[in-house]
Amino acid sequence: MTRIQTAYATTLALGLLAATAAPASAYRVFVSNEKENTVSVIDSEKLEVVKTIKVGQRPRGIILTHDGKRLFVCTSDDHVIQIYNADTYEYIQNLPSGSDPELMTLHPSGNPLYVANEDDNLVTVVDVEKGAILTEVPVGVEPEGMGISPDGKVLVNTSETTNMAHFIDTETKKTFDNVLVDNRPRVAEFTSDGKQLWVSAEIGGTVTVIDPATRKILAKIAFDIPGVTKDAIQPVGVRITKDTKKAFVALGPANRVAVIDTATFKVEKYLLVGQRVWQLALTPDDKMLFSTNGTSNDVSAIDVTNLKVLKSIKTGRYPWGVVVTPN
Amino acid sequence: MRSSVLKTICALAVISVLAGASPAAFAGDAAGAAKPADAKLTIPILLARELRDIQPPLSLLDMAPADDGVSGAKLGVADNNTTGRFLNQEFNLDVVENPKPEGLVADVAAKVAAGSKFIVVDASATTLLTLADALKDKEVILLNAAAPDDFLREEQCRPNVMHTAPARSMLTDALTQYLVWKKWTKWFLVLGTRPEDLAYAAELRRSAKRFGAAIVEERTFQYDPGSRRTDGGFEQVQQQIPTFTQGAKAHDIVMVADEGELFGEYLPFRTWDPRPVAGTAGLTATPWHPALELWGGTQFQNRFKKLANRIMRPLDYNEWLAVRAVGEAASRKRTGDFKELVAYMRSKDFELAGFKGVKTTFRDWNGQLRQPLLVVTPKMLVSVSPQPGFLHQVTELDTLGYDRPETRCKAYQPSK
Repeated sequence: MTRIQTAYATTLALGLLAATAAPASAYRVFVSNEKENTVSVIDSEKLEVVKTIKVGQRPRGIILTHDGKRLFVCTSDDHVIQIYNADTYEYIQNLPSGSDPELMTLHPSGNPLYVANEDDNLVTVVDVEKGAILTEVPVGVEPEGMGISPDGKVLVNTSETTNMAHFIDTETKKTFDNVLVDNRPRVAEFTSDGKQLWVSAEIGGTVTVIDPATRKILAKIAFDIPGVTKDAIQPVGVRITKDTKKAFVALGPANRVAVIDTATFKVEKYLLVGQRVWQLALTPDDKMLFSTNGTSNDVSAIDVTNLKVLKSIKTGRYPWGVVVTPN
Repeated sequence: MRSSVLKTICALAVISVLAGASPAAFAGDAAGAAKPADAKLTIPILLARELRDIQPPLSLLDMAPADDGVSGAKLGVADNNTTGRFLNQEFNLDVVENPKPEGLVADVAAKVAAGSKFIVVDASATTLLTLADALKDKEVILLNAAAPDDFLREEQCRPNVMHTAPARSMLTDALTQYLVWKKWTKWFLVLGTRPEDLAYAAELRRSAKRFGAAIVEERTFQYDPGSRRTDGGFEQVQQQIPTFTQGAKAHDIVMVADEGELFGEYLPFRTWDPRPVAGTAGLTATPWHPALELWGGTQFQNRFKKLANRIMRPLDYNEWLAVRAVGEAASRKRTGDFKELVAYMRSKDFELAGFKGVKTTFRDWNGQLRQPLLVVTPKMLVSVSPQPGFLHQVTELDTLGYDRPETRCKAYQPSK
């Protein structure tokens, strides 16, 4: 290749990049496939699966370390958390997790890890550096959702059969308050300013917004979709943009993601996605939202600015959890 | 001297006040600073078990364990208490068992006199009615977890009885909806001779009419079951069933009505025509199946296994639901007040999560819990009814069993 040809090729490549690069860079989206024992890796620009990682049995909750280098997967039927290198996709090691780990969250400092053990009515606190269980916190029946306040002081766990959000002091590792919400609470999510806590109730069909400072209920959001029976509206995944203005709630077998104005708590729009939509993840720039659609074996990619579903991306069987790289 | 004694008394009084307050203070720690600490609340639940003389089932696999149902109630109490820990509520379970109906009524009456108000009942329909009438002037609610008889929900309904056991009509409707979806609508009905078999057959006929199936042939199986456990027997059954089912009009499926399980299990794979079997054997409808894993069922099954060291049976599930209904009401209303709790359980605000994917609620016209029902083979879940497409103006769950406009229950005052 001559020098001129090389220069021309470079210019062409740069031009192409400039034309397609709407977000600054592509993120990778990790999706756990509960029935397939795999994790699908999706490129957030190409919107296609670029890699499938074989993992342990029944992968559900999935998170990344804050530096984006390590991937944690709750492999519920193996009763461990598996750690993978998020760049090479190689298996690194297991973390002890307690029985039947389902969802987990990391302390804002990166350590420890808090895990909901659905079978044992416990939240397990795990030191991720030492790979050791630090302590266990007794909570209600079938602990599930895990949310941590932005300052790391308060951990909230939901219990599906007790129907509560348990407020745990991360210093003392003891519950200091319990707020009853509607039936079968699933996900607990703080706003980035720590002023609101959103808790979804799958069977209750509602989302409860709690003031974390007073534990008073600020709002209870119900959903009404023409042509969809009330019983099919089952809120699970909740994500809120960093500017705290918009919240997204996955509505399970209603096959929709609700878009909610956090100032008025009004539903602005219902986005039609795949079947039995459960978990959600936003890209760090808040431009894209991904939803796992369990029954239709796909992930919906949603343009957050225009509130449009761009594409359904076929994954493994029963996609469950989803997390996006921080950079 | 006197003043120092007074001081001491005062100091003691302060200490005793503090001591009295200390459990509440601890509770305040658990229940939170946002609310005033609730005083400790204890809610006793009674399980009344009539030890009926029931023929053992044909299969060794189906033998009822001694704690059938009881362990479900125990798990319900344990679940209530895990929640109760955060609300300073405690539930306990007391069990009375008696083989004689009049003995059971006397046992229950004694417990009611001692303060029991919430009573889970595992008894025959007639014993349940005797209990309900004997306790009709007391502050008592009976939660029927065992008897499927429709007359308990309809013409013989009682205001002090609610039902977590599905009615027979709900079971036949759930099964029929699936068969109609499969387009297996030409039925060869084989029924036993006992009253419950006739009742099941009657509900099958009603379900067929309601959802568009037809009974093209009907035969009664006359059978003296004799001894259950023998070293032989298959030789005769192998001859007997093909002969019995020979020459029936063209049918899609054999429907068997044999609630006592005296012969139904002999039908699958032995019929003259190669046809599937459904009803009380083969493909059946049930409130619970030990292989159900949907909707968080796995955790529920694991919890039960850990407690009882066996798989969960439908009666366990029905009793768990009954105990949880009381617990759910108490945790929402933060009270042990009988009238308030029962009114709430009957109201349209009450909802109970029962690992069925949707909330379960009580019908306000007869106290029947409405819930999805499972259509199963002995080992696996096949489907969940109501089936898609069977529509209802209020809730699809009311396509199972007698609906509000059909009810013959007069004793219930519908809540507004």
